[in-house]
Parts: sequence; C-alpha cells; structure tokens
Amino acid sequence: MAIKKYMSDKFQSESPLAFPGEVHPSPTGGVLVTRIDDVINWARSNSLWPLVFGTSCCAIEMMSAASAKYDWSRFGFEVARATPRQADVIIIAGTIVNKMAPVLRRLYDQMADPKYVIAMGACATSGGPFFYNTYSVIKGADHVIPVDVYVAGCPPRPEALIHALMTLQQKIKKGLTREQIREEGKQDYQKVV
Amino acid sequence: MIKEELKIKLTELFPSATIEDGEWLNMNLAVGDFLSAMEVLRNKPELNFDYLFCETCVDWKTHLTMVYHMDSTQYRHQLVVKVKLDRVKPEIETVSHIWRTAEFHEREVYELFGVNFLNHPDLRLLILPDGWEGKNPLRKDFEDPVNMIKL
Amino acid sequence: MYRETEILKEVNAGQPDVFGDLVINVGPQHPATHGVLHLVITLNGETIKKVEPHLGYIHRSIEKMDESLSYRQFIYTTSRMDYLSSHINNHGCAMCVEKGLQIEVPPRAQVIRVLMDELTRIASHVLWWGAMAMDVGALTPFFLAFREREMINDIMEESCGARLTMNYMVPGGVMYDIHPNFQRKVKEFVDHFKKKIDEYDELVTNNVIFQNRTKGVGYISKEDAISYGMTGPAARGSGVQCDIRKLFPYEVYNKVQFNEILDNGCDSFARYVVRLKELRESLSIIEQLIDNIPEGDFQAKTKAVLKLPKGEFYTRIETARGEFGVYIVSEGGTTPYRIKFRSPGFSNLSALDHMARGSKIGDMVAMMGTLDLVIPDIDR
Repeated sequence: MAIKKYMSDKFQSESPLAFPGEVHPSPTGGVLVTRIDDVINWARSNSLWPLVFGTSCCAIEMMSAASAKYDWSRFGFEVARATPRQADVIIIAGTIVNKMAPVLRRLYDQMADPKYVIAMGACATSGGPFFYNTYSVIKGADHVIPVDVYVAGCPPRPEALIHALMTLQQKIKKGLTREQIREEGKQDYQKVV
Repeated sequence: MIKEELKIKLTELFPSATIEDGEWLNMNLAVGDFLSAMEVLRNKPELNFDYLFCETCVDWKTHLTMVYHMDSTQYRHQLVVKVKLDRVKPEIETVSHIWRTAEFHEREVYELFGVNFLNHPDLRLLILPDGWEGKNPLRKDFEDPVNMIKL
Repeated sequence: MYRETEILKEVNAGQPDVFGDLVINVGPQHPATHGVLHLVITLNGETIKKVEPHLGYIHRSIEKMDESLSYRQFIYTTSRMDYLSSHINNHGCAMCVEKGLQIEVPPRAQVIRVLMDELTRIASHVLWWGAMAMDVGALTPFFLAFREREMINDIMEESCGARLTMNYMVPGGVMYDIHPNFQRKVKEFVDHFKKKIDEYDELVTNNVIFQNRTKGVGYISKEDAISYGMTGPAARGSGVQCDIRKLFPYEVYNKVQFNEILDNGCDSFARYVVRLKELRESLSIIEQLIDNIPEGDFQAKTKAVLKLPKGEFYTRIETARGEFGVYIVSEGGTTPYRIKFRSPGFSNLSALDHMARGSKIGDMVAMMGTLDLVIPDIDR
C-alpha cells in the first residue's frame, strides 16, 4: 500500500481554492491536464455539508461560526443539515458520555460515504476538563468513531474552527483522510487479489 | 414569620423533633412521623410552606440523611428538614403528592444513592444509562478502578 | 435502550385495544439549539397524550468530580453547566464559599460582579430570542441575535480573557481588574442596544403569525407553577413572584432601582413578553452602575489554600433561567464533602408533561422554546 508523505511546506504554499492541474499553452488557447481523482477531491472539499451535532458549550461557538461575523458559508459549508443521510462532515462539538456513545455511532453509520469527522474542543479530543474522577465521560470521541481533525480549546474560538475546516479541505485534496487511505488500501488489495 | 416565632410554633406542633439554629432553622425528624409532619407544614395556614426548592441526600459513612429545603411564597420564611436513614436498607415515604416537583428530585436520589421511596408513582432511572440500577455512584463506597483515583 | 414497548403497555392498559396510539422519539440529536434532550411522545393522531423526557445524554457527573477538587477549582466546572449564564453560576459558587469563610467582598468587586452578571443576562436572553424565533420558523432573528452577542463577547474578552466560559469570579472578588476600555464600550453598547429592542418588538412580537402560534399554548396556572417548583421568567409569566434579586438581595442589588416583571397570562406569549421586558430592566441597571464604579481593591485578601469550617451552606442566586442553588456540605478539609447544584431547568422541565397534554405536536416546539431549557444544566 502506498504511503504518502505529509510535507508541510508544500501544504502551505498552494492556494486552497486553486483548481488542480497544469495548463499547457497552445496557439488556440490552452489545454488543461489533470487527474480525475484530483478534480473529484477538489469538488468534494469545496462543498462539505456539516451535520448539526452539538451536545454542550462548543455548540454555541459552532453557531457563532455559522452566523454573520465569522461566516463559514464562504468556504462552502452553507447548508447545515439536520439529518445524517444528507451530510458529509460531522463536527462533534461537546462531551460524549456513556449514554450518548451508541447514538453517535448510529449517526456515523447512517452517513453516506465519503464522510469525514472533526473533533471540536477539549472534551471531544480527550475528555477535556472531565478527565479525572468521572464515571460517565468517554475520554475522547475517537474511542467511538475515527477522527480526521482535532481542534483544541475550551471552547475553541470560531476562527479556530474555521481553520480546522480549511485543514480538512487541504487533507481531502491531498488524499490523506482516513476515508481516502482506506479506499486506496482497498484498491491495492483488489489489485493483488 | 421571623425565626424566633417560627421556632416556638414548630416546637409546639412537633414535640418529637429537635430544632437547631443556623442561617435557617434545621429540623430533624424521625422516619415514622415524617409524612404527617410534612402534610402539616404544607397545609397549615400560618405556615404554608408551598415551595420545595431542593431535595437531596448526603452520605455520612454510617447513615444517610435526606435534606429538604422549603420556602413559603406568602410569608417568606424558610425551613430545612432532615431525616436520618439506615444505610443498609434506606426507605422513606414520598412527598410527590404534596409538592409535584419532588417526582424528579426523588428519582434522581433513587438512582444516585439507592433510597427507596414508598408509593412513588414512577420510580426508575432518570439520568444514568440502563443497567446502572444498584450501582449508586454518589455513595462514598462506590468503586470504579478504571475511572476513579483514590486520593 | 428505548422503553417504547413498556410505555405502550402502560398507556393502553385498561382500555380496549384501539389502534390509534403512536409513540415517537424527538431524539437526542436536534438542530443544536437546546442540547441533547430525548422526548418520548405518545400521540393519538396529532394530539399529545403523554410526554416523557429521557435525560442523561450529557451527564458528566460533575457533583462526584467536585468532591476531589479544591474550593478554588470547583467553581469553574459550573460554567460548563449552564454555559449561557456562566458568570452568574460562578458568582453563586463564589458567594457560597465566601459565606462559609465569612469574607467581606470590597465594593468595587461587587459592582463589577453585578455589571458582568447583567451583561451575561442580556446575552443569554438575546440568544434565547434568536433560537426561539428559529424554532418557530423565522430564520432572520437568529443572525440578528448573534450580532448583538458578538458585541458583548468582545467586551468580555477584553476584561476576562474568554468569550464563553469566562473564569473570572474567585472567592473574595474578581480575578483581574477591568480593562480601561470597559466603561466606554459598555456605554456604546447600551446606546446601540436600546434601539435594537424596539426592532425586535417590531419584527417578532407584533407579528401576527408568531402571536397565533404562542397565545393560548402551554397554559400552567399559578398554583401548579409553585407546586412544580418552577422559577425564573417561566414562572413569572404565571404571576409567581420569585426574583431572588428582589426577595433576598445580594451584592449591590438593594441599591439600584429596577422592577420585577410579572405577567398574568400563564401561557407562552406571557413568558416571552416577560423576558423581553427583562432586557430593558437589565439595561437600566447597567446604566445606573456604569458611571459609579467605586475605586479600591478588586479582590479581598484570602489564604492560598481555602478550608471551609465544618457545616452546611446554601446560596441562592438568580440566573437567566431562574433560581440556581449551591449547597456545600463541608467536613473541614480542603475539598468539599458533598456538593449539590439545584438547577432551574430541572424543575421547569418537570412541568412540561403537565403543560403539553391535550395540545398538538406542533405546539410542543413553541412551549419548549419559552421554557428556555439548557440541557447540560439539567443533567449536570
């Protein structure tokens, strides 16, 4: 299975909205050469629809990121769906407790492929302020579902959440999310078999 | 009614109860005459304690104590009622037919401490997930080696 | 995990087996306005027969965790409980610790605390207004509400350091002094906001559709409200006098002039009107105090490690949702022996079943909107 290296300077220098591919000039205009995978990744990353899933305080900062001052619909996350069947990315904003974990797993399973996960806030990353001496908190949402991007903060500022969404966009374009690595692994396996 | 008048009135109505002073008057009752005392506190026109604002339980390691904080909207005097319960088999009458707010408070005390409320309309788990009956987490001898650090 | 079969047996017991009862889940995952509340509603056609709330989807065992934290540390776990009035929750806990240690708070700290409380109350009511209008169907007020909230968040961020969970209250006063820009910015905000309340009235309150959806919905009488233990604007909409700022005044509330807003309508529209009028009262309190902040210390001198004497202490404070109670039982050590938080949403939610029987499923949303529930406050 091919493992892609994550080179940070290459990551920073490309403009996030650039259409992938190279243009070869010719007398009558130009010819654009690209790969279908790159175009599909570009299209997917620029129109991610988030699922509205806020359990506690981080949900208020998520709502602030959605409203007029720190608008996130400039990046394509315009339509926040309430049903998982129509959503692409689930933003876990808040603490996950023992009683809520099966509900979260069921929501994740109901989403259609390709799906991505962002863990927002300290509680979803690792249990947060409720790490010691609680009998009911799950110490990190990644015990339940696989996570792509973690955001630190209690609660993180809306700008931090938008930075996390842009990081997810970059990850999709490079093909580094868990979804894409899994798909690549499947294709390599099928070639071998 | 001010505190001194209230103290005199309560000592003459409930001779078997002990009354302590503090920020508010604390009245200790026994389990046997608990329900009749609560009904008198609610229904007597001079007392009229119609607002129960907190009902909880404290686990002293030898026994449990139920604590009721109540207030009157008419006279604005407050009272704290405490009842001692046995630790092995704690049982007490419900007051949910006197104050409707006690339904939820008593369900919470049932699941966190294990106190059985007699004649409660609907006694089952409220906040804990299914399967946690009997594991009363807020008692001092609750063992959970994975999550709890003993200091 | 879901008890629908037991509920159906109970509801149909004793009746002939009529095919007509439907049990639906208004599930834990909502559009994120109220949090995670799971309601199991038994319907006959569109009429509600029984509403049963299932709680516990955000139960973080704060009361057990606080038994291992010190008296300075446990205060900040309460800002995560009712996160829309986080200053007021912290204030209540700090007052309880001060009552136990018998510390006198300096006058400058008292005035700063009251100013922060009233700003938080405005921010919470404004967010409630936006969320309630969004539930009923209007999307524009949501964005207007966040515009005002951002102004308050900027003021808080300069003085306290954070936007939502500001850890600013300590036993003895406040943690830092206010920023030099605080007075100017608050005065600008007050001038800006007075015109906005009139805009809110014009946009939503006088709207015919909104009035038809909330008048006559969710009726609860005064005696029932007292018996269910309801507090806050939800109870004042039924005529119950329960404002802790007037009945048992704390800090500087006995020196400012403001009215307690009561309404005898007993339905959802009355609760809505009470909250909007409270916005104006909070503005007038801020106007009276902002020019008269006394000079002095912002924190009383306390020891580094606090130890409360043996005994029990209870404090009542008025948050944006109602009466919040902090009950500390102390055995003389550095950590509390037992803490109980009496949250306002717990009792307000228990009245939902009583209010909702007999009305239609579409009215449920208007009722829950005016009760103003924040679910982490209920589950603790």
